[in-house]
Amino acid sequence: MKALRDWFANPWGQPRALGAITWLYMVWSIVPVGIAILFSFNDGRSRSVWQGFSTRWWWGDPNNSVLHDPSLRSAIEQSLRLAGLDMLIAVPLGVGLAIGLTRWRGYGARPVNYLMLFPLVTPEIVMAISLLLVFVLLYGIALGTEAQTLGQVTFSISYVVIIVRGRLLSIGPEYEEAARDLGASQLGALRLVLLPLLYPAIFAGFIVVFALSIDDFVVTQYMSSGQSTQTVPILIYGAARGATTPALNAVATVMVVATLLSVGLAYFVYRWSARSQPATSGNALNEIAALEM
Amino acid sequence: MTRRWFWPSFALPGVAWLVLLFLVPTYAVVAVTFGTVDPIFSQPVPVWNPLHWQFAGMRSVLAGLEPGHAFWTVFVRTFAYVALSLLGCLLIGYPVAYYLARHARRTKGLLLVLLVIPFWVSYLMRMLAWIGLLLPDGLVNKTLMDVGILSRPYGWLDGQASSVVLALIYGYVPYLILPLYATLDRIDRSVLEAGRDLGASPIRTFLHVTLPLSRHGILAASVLIALPMFGDYYTNDLISNSPRTSMIGNQINLFFQEGTQRTVGASLVIVLSVFLALLMSYYLWVTVRASAETKESLL
Repeated sequence: MKALRDWFANPWGQPRALGAITWLYMVWSIVPVGIAILFSFNDGRSRSVWQGFSTRWWWGDPNNSVLHDPSLRSAIEQSLRLAGLDMLIAVPLGVGLAIGLTRWRGYGARPVNYLMLFPLVTPEIVMAISLLLVFVLLYGIALGTEAQTLGQVTFSISYVVIIVRGRLLSIGPEYEEAARDLGASQLGALRLVLLPLLYPAIFAGFIVVFALSIDDFVVTQYMSSGQSTQTVPILIYGAARGATTPALNAVATVMVVATLLSVGLAYFVYRWSARSQPATSGNALNEIAALEM
Repeated sequence: MTRRWFWPSFALPGVAWLVLLFLVPTYAVVAVTFGTVDPIFSQPVPVWNPLHWQFAGMRSVLAGLEPGHAFWTVFVRTFAYVALSLLGCLLIGYPVAYYLARHARRTKGLLLVLLVIPFWVSYLMRMLAWIGLLLPDGLVNKTLMDVGILSRPYGWLDGQASSVVLALIYGYVPYLILPLYATLDRIDRSVLEAGRDLGASPIRTFLHVTLPLSRHGILAASVLIALPMFGDYYTNDLISNSPRTSMIGNQINLFFQEGTQRTVGASLVIVLSVFLALLMSYYLWVTVRASAETKESLL
């Protein structure tokens, strides 16, 4: 009894119950996705009853597999196309905004700082509807890939700003000042000193925007113009409750693998490049994890 | 010497983008809400000038928000679902974050990776996974029948409030755990040791030291997941797809996807946004007050 009480009272002891809850949570949060991935290899048409292993829904079936069904393929292509466009536009805009906001000591910086935070706390449906209304009623922008890109970039910029600004603040102005003292022009100091120091953050920005874009449903759906601009999340939303085949799981799996691979790659590149650089704040894993907040 | 416009010029494209594609669109919702409706095509006609705003539409929407009217039920239901999901998320998330911050040692790296994985798996994919499990012949029903709890398949996906709340918890709990973990991880261990040295039991130390110190983190994380939950419609559509469980997001989505009553939809967006803005202000107010208190106690 005393041993039990001592064990319980020891502040450095392992609380087994908490550990059990934590592991149960991890199992609960990940195993369902694992099962869904497993079912993409089901031999039958069911997404809920296991009928043996096959790659039929990946490439075997001549009509309904991921490789051969044009609607599934086009959804994957559209998802990747939007992710590419989003990365190409949002990252430069976000990096510029972050640099401008950190170094700019004027009256304008404060309101812009607030403005930049709003897209992060606005529910997506509110943002999607305002974009829809303004495109239809004021700008006359047709729905489709173009509108989808504009929408995705709008909510992606703020994430890039937060990532890059975090890095800028941890670098501080000293390196640039040193470069200026040694005779570099303002633009030269930026290009030769600041930008290389920012590469890891810019790279992380690309990956986060990629993941945000691939994952996005609401804005992309509101900005879509039917079948041809359907992305994978829209496909899942439309088909998940219907009588679809495990090919749907296979398409979803493709995107999960793409995102996890890019994040894994980002993690290693980030760690590798941050090692040779000054003033890295905290653990790279925590940083990458915190990016999506 | 720094040229005055050097740094702002970097921010300019991003600022222009946010003004044109965030601020102006937000105003467009206001202009539609207080605008008129084309009588022939029943399309909204925005009124950009505040002096010419029409308030009849908003008035009828606000009337619908009174107890017993059309939107009242939906709003109350939304509150109930979000509150229950938030409670569920905290009950699951707090112990996990606490264990990760305080006790996980050799397994900490692995646990953090596992914790982060759901962030990178598409939300829709995670819901798709549960649909597969909850189908009448899915694993959940099969297991419950095998152990004898159910005698025939339960219709988890046929408009059950419980399924919607559980799905919301499943969907949003990772977004709660990570910031909570960050808060708990920052608490100085020596404060806890002091509590123990002064004779407090572990539970007393938790209640009087850890919990008050993480109060602000709890609030921040709760606001962070409550905001998107209030606007969520897809979880509900996927897990229930029944008007019996429809939330405010579903109502708004309905008005817009069917396209006939966009002005009413826009009014609901404004009502929702104002409510969320109040929620945010409360949160900011608490934050500012807390930091002021900290400063005072330091002086």
